[in-house]
Amino acid sequence: MIGTKEPRINYGGAVTLPPIMGGGGDGSGGGPADFSDRLRRARLGLAVGLTPIIMLFVSLTSAYIVRQGLPTLDENTNRYIHDWLPVNLPWLILILNTCVLLVSSVTMEVSRRAIAREAALAPVRSIPGVSLGEETSFPWLGLTVGLGLMFLFGQWMAWRELAFRGFFLATSPSSSFVYLLTGMHALHLAGGLLALLYASAVALLRKPVESRRVVIDVTSWYWHFMAVLWIYIFALLEFAR
Amino acid sequence: MATTAHIHAHAAPQGFIRKYIFSLDHKVIGIQYYFLALAAVFTGMFLSLLMRIHLIWPTAQIPLIGEIKPETYLSLLTMHGTIMVFFVLTTAPQSGFGNYFLPIQIGAPDMAFPVLNMLSFWTTLLAFVVMIAAFFVTGGAPLHGWTGYAPLSALPNSGPGEQLGADLWITSIAIFCIASLMGALNFITTTLDLRAKGMTLMRMPLTVWSWLITAILGLLAFGVLLSAGILLLLDRNLGTSFYVPLVVVNGQVMGHKGGSPLLWQHLFWFFGHPEVYIAILPGMGVASQLLSTFARKPIFGYRAMVYAIMAIGLLGFMVWGHHMFMSGMSPYSAFAFSLMTMSIGVPSAIKTFNWLGTLWGAKIRLHSPMLFAIGFVSLFVSGGLSGPFLAQPVLDIPLHDTYFVVGHFHLIMGVAAIFGIFGATYYWFPKMFGRMMNESLARVHFIITLVGTYAIFMPMHYLGMAGQTRRYSQFTEVAYQTKLLPVQTFMSYAAFITIGAQLIFLFNLFWSMWKGPKASDNPWEATTLEWTTATPPPHDNFGGHTPVVNHGPYEYNVPGASKDFVMQTDPATATAH
Repeated sequence: MIGTKEPRINYGGAVTLPPIMGGGGDGSGGGPADFSDRLRRARLGLAVGLTPIIMLFVSLTSAYIVRQGLPTLDENTNRYIHDWLPVNLPWLILILNTCVLLVSSVTMEVSRRAIAREAALAPVRSIPGVSLGEETSFPWLGLTVGLGLMFLFGQWMAWRELAFRGFFLATSPSSSFVYLLTGMHALHLAGGLLALLYASAVALLRKPVESRRVVIDVTSWYWHFMAVLWIYIFALLEFAR
Repeated sequence: MATTAHIHAHAAPQGFIRKYIFSLDHKVIGIQYYFLALAAVFTGMFLSLLMRIHLIWPTAQIPLIGEIKPETYLSLLTMHGTIMVFFVLTTAPQSGFGNYFLPIQIGAPDMAFPVLNMLSFWTTLLAFVVMIAAFFVTGGAPLHGWTGYAPLSALPNSGPGEQLGADLWITSIAIFCIASLMGALNFITTTLDLRAKGMTLMRMPLTVWSWLITAILGLLAFGVLLSAGILLLLDRNLGTSFYVPLVVVNGQVMGHKGGSPLLWQHLFWFFGHPEVYIAILPGMGVASQLLSTFARKPIFGYRAMVYAIMAIGLLGFMVWGHHMFMSGMSPYSAFAFSLMTMSIGVPSAIKTFNWLGTLWGAKIRLHSPMLFAIGFVSLFVSGGLSGPFLAQPVLDIPLHDTYFVVGHFHLIMGVAAIFGIFGATYYWFPKMFGRMMNESLARVHFIITLVGTYAIFMPMHYLGMAGQTRRYSQFTEVAYQTKLLPVQTFMSYAAFITIGAQLIFLFNLFWSMWKGPKASDNPWEATTLEWTTATPPPHDNFGGHTPVVNHGPYEYNVPGASKDFVMQTDPATATAH
């Protein structure tokens, strides 16, 4: 009934807002399984799912900034003092780690594009007598997993270095936040690694190329988000010491 | 529309375990959530019964439990609040009814991510089990209240229940957060992506709107509570000082230094206030649906209702500071929070007047769901009117720690939301179980519950104004409080009767499931999509076809139509206009 005249009384049926995200009468409905729908839904789900992760880090950032400016009572002098101790971050390790993560983001993107191309060519490939030539496929996904593990190992090295410099979790509020923020990021990145391993398993199990594409596509967006999140955390810890 | 066949890639399961236990079907998951909430509500109610007994007979020996000590009273209070807020008010209206009816009302065969949906239920159940386990560990359940204020909640030696019990409490809340986030993700993606052809946003029933906005609130709020909980666990177990300042407990200096208890309050209430709307918004949606259906009139001001839900959701994130007027915040901040809080009165009043406008001049069918919907409006107004009192710092400061606040939030967030759940149960029971509930029992249940809840919670306002403090386990030691004890006695007896009346509901629910008269596909002559399909709906909701929507959700008594309601799927020419 889109476009037809509505009754004078508002029955809650007036149509003025355009439908968004594929709902509300913008297609034929039903039909055979359509992987582009599945891909779009998975991407939408991921975008929605990233929101609470952003909220988690927003709230931690807010706590970080509030705590940084908060004076505390010193029991010896009975005066309010600022006890925020700037943490001397292990710069070199973290910069190397950042490079590893950025490179992994690139390999992830190459992997995503490769599978998108493969999915697009799949119908052509299935035509008898059509050959697209021999393609060598580099294990970009495996490389990304390797780089992800290397990043986590690097973070562990950074924590050890921090401990060596005398900054433990409970040493000062600033060091608590350093461990907390980097630890939470590492935890989320480990979740991404699990997704990557799942994507690799899906590839090995010879699932339909479209299925693999959905998994790899959303994982890659999540992976890019993890890289951006890391740069944000690194910048926060470095510039808001 | 881009739905459907592959969403239902999971075929109808055959075995009992896949069909009823680890089911991917949103309808089964909805019912699972509902029964979880039912178990939780009776647990929470039992705790309140113990509290009411203790308040008037402090030394009573209760069979199997013995005498309730003051610290046990605080544990009961904590667990009552937590169980009710999280596992009842958040679980039943949103996860229970939302899971069951959101996909059907938008014409989808299932949720967008069925496996995630199943995971979200089992995670919620795990959270409930962990929460209940807190009763049975050394020291018992925590006593820091459902708001878990630090440093009480952050120091294991600050009280008998603050050891392992408090760790379990925080862990349970954290697990619940993750479960709710999974649920919210599913609700939002489903609503945005899986609507049937013709189901534009402005044709969605108000229930769907309220579930959608509630899911968005949950998505933004639960992540913050999760981070607050992680900080609390670190403070308790790994020696950090996020919330704990230099503090002495029982003459012993704790190892913490420099933390801020206010940080917990800010993070908690940034979640906590939206949580109030997470509890009540689905009830508002249900009330709108029911009032329109049984008044046989289109909802008054559909569009205004949608925008009011959005406005309430948005403003709900800007008012958390009104829970903290007592914390010594700057008067300028307090003024801002106060102003924002009172502005929520505007969309709330829009909703209330639209409900009244829907009833105005209507030929009302006073079936039991309608009674509860009207009861919802009544409680919403009664509980809501004390909101602007508490929104003013100058009034909140004397009233904050009194029964006035307890009366306020129980009426509006507790009982009003529960009336929404009851209304939804009586309304959708025929669709869910294929049978009608007993109408006479439902009416008796309604009358006792309505009168009973007013008898319990209205006097609390007067007690508060008279200065009776909340959270005290006994009033026998202080002269001015003792004089108010007869009112407490009256409230306790009202509570005993009201709790007893819930057994009528429980009996009606289970008896009707097997013995109630068979329900037709559309017993209430309602218009939304769930009434166009079989009763109970088949595995894929619409028996192999996808509905096409031609009408708005509340087309009752349309001039020129052949009957007094036009189903959303009726042909576009069904009306004369």
